[in-house]
Amino acid sequence: MAEKYETVIGLEVHVELATKTKIFCGCSTAFGDSPNSHTCPICLGMPGTLPMLNGRVLEYAVAAGIAMNCDISRFCRFDRKNYFYPDNPQNYQISQLYLPICRDGWVEIEFNEDPAQGVEKLSPSMKNPSLRTKKVGIHEIHMEEDAGKLVHDDGGDYTLIDYNRAGVPLIEIVSEPDMRTAQEVIAYLEKLRRILQYLGVSDCKLQEGSMRVDVNLSLRKEGTKELGIRTEMKNLGSFHAISRAIESERQRQQALLESGREVVQETRRWDEGKETSYAMRSKENARDYRYFPDPDLAPICISHGFWEKIRAAQPEFCWEKRKRYKAEYDIPEYDIDIITDSRQMAELFEATVALGSQPKKVSNWLMGETLRLLRERNLDPSDIRFTPENLAKLIALTESRTINSTVAKEVFEIMFTENADPEMYVKEQRLAMVADEETLRRTAEKVIRENPKSVQDYIRGKDRALGYLVGQTMIACGGKADPVGASRLLKELLQQEVNEA
Amino acid sequence: MQNGISDEMIEYVGILTKLELSEEEKEQAREDMGRLLSYIDKLGELDTEGVEPMCHVLPIQNVLREDVITNEDQSRELLGNAPCRRDNMFVAPRAF
Repeated sequence: MAEKYETVIGLEVHVELATKTKIFCGCSTAFGDSPNSHTCPICLGMPGTLPMLNGRVLEYAVAAGIAMNCDISRFCRFDRKNYFYPDNPQNYQISQLYLPICRDGWVEIEFNEDPAQGVEKLSPSMKNPSLRTKKVGIHEIHMEEDAGKLVHDDGGDYTLIDYNRAGVPLIEIVSEPDMRTAQEVIAYLEKLRRILQYLGVSDCKLQEGSMRVDVNLSLRKEGTKELGIRTEMKNLGSFHAISRAIESERQRQQALLESGREVVQETRRWDEGKETSYAMRSKENARDYRYFPDPDLAPICISHGFWEKIRAAQPEFCWEKRKRYKAEYDIPEYDIDIITDSRQMAELFEATVALGSQPKKVSNWLMGETLRLLRERNLDPSDIRFTPENLAKLIALTESRTINSTVAKEVFEIMFTENADPEMYVKEQRLAMVADEETLRRTAEKVIRENPKSVQDYIRGKDRALGYLVGQTMIACGGKADPVGASRLLKELLQQEVNEA
Repeated sequence: MQNGISDEMIEYVGILTKLELSEEEKEQAREDMGRLLSYIDKLGELDTEGVEPMCHVLPIQNVLREDVITNEDQSRELLGNAPCRRDNMFVAPRAF
């Protein structure tokens, strides 16, 4: 009978920090500019230069550590990891081996126990009885610098290098080997993403490489404690790729073990198109990197005062907001989950409600039009430009029936695009509804006079004719009539026609 | 074998440093490394029991900079140092 194996997974997650400048020099971290336009003698590793730590990097790393329940090292420093590869002009990466800034933390994840449910359906909002929670240990978090980008010229015997990314600050979050399934891995990554986005420490975009995930995976016989030989999987650009790569690697290792062979400790590269992986290089061990303390960088002491300042500035995280919203606002749980998914959205919601708008109305605008336009324009909640004041004004305009819902959507789009003041916009564009009964009545009478055929249809019992006449009245009012009022008035006038007929 | 440095060790260090050495150069490297190691042995004679390793020569801590952009585009000058460049990028021998 075949042995049963348990899958053991630990992750190394690299996260680009959202600082303005690089970790050791005053070069911009902006993405997508012309090659090497953000470089200087320090990040190009010129002799005689002196790197100096960006204070914001330290704050961000400590903030991430506190949010992940880590011990923060009172004393830490940087080490050099030596390797020869042209993505790093210094021939060493400045990292932390001996005294990382954060250690021994944990995060709690929520995941679906039933693997048959699939990753796509994994949402904490689902009222699923098999939804479980689990703590995943954080082994350590350390600060380090990113490498440059290599452009391989097909067919040419050379490599082009852009060092704009060299020296961009990273934190590497190393988990304990506590995960067993792809579901748990995705839940863990979702948790990290939410924490780091709420902290404003990183935008965590897998596709753009500001969050990079290496999966360490090994198998062991069920019931045993000792870890098997692991491989490290790289080049995982999406949650889908991560899930597929985990399953593929689990099967590969199982086939090796079942046929009596051994797993080789190596780094493998996932090929998303082919849905398979191949060995990159056998893993260099720590000795090969000849780590030693970087003599250019002064050691760092974290005082209690510094720690306390960062701790006090921790935001209310989404899982805390969820609890509070349930108690405070009368909106569905589904709305709560979506609104609290991003800090920007949650804060916009809270600020608009604080201005007096009804929570469900605010939620409707955020969940409906806001999300629709974000998706349509390929934007993130962090790109939202309109203020809570303007959203509150728009809601007030619809509540007072100054504008109808069609016009409101039009105004919203302008507000979304250029943060226009809805009150001003409605006034300038004369979008307010034709409020006075007299104007509406005169328009309706005119429509009835000009559409005798529809009136006849109505008299003969065709209700659809009413819709047409309401539409004509709306058009005659430039779309600014209250359709409910117009319909009521038309019915009244038509009833007279029926009586006379 | 000489100075306790095996052929395998010479090969291995060659791989790590990405150097291809001729037989003659390997012998030279073996001699040089031997001299380095005997110097380290000399240092090893010192009693460092209870002495904290020094990682910085000055008694300073927390030398931090503000997160403010201070550098403009200097790529023209910087690329000017490179022996070979193309499309505003450094050109290196093919890596892989």
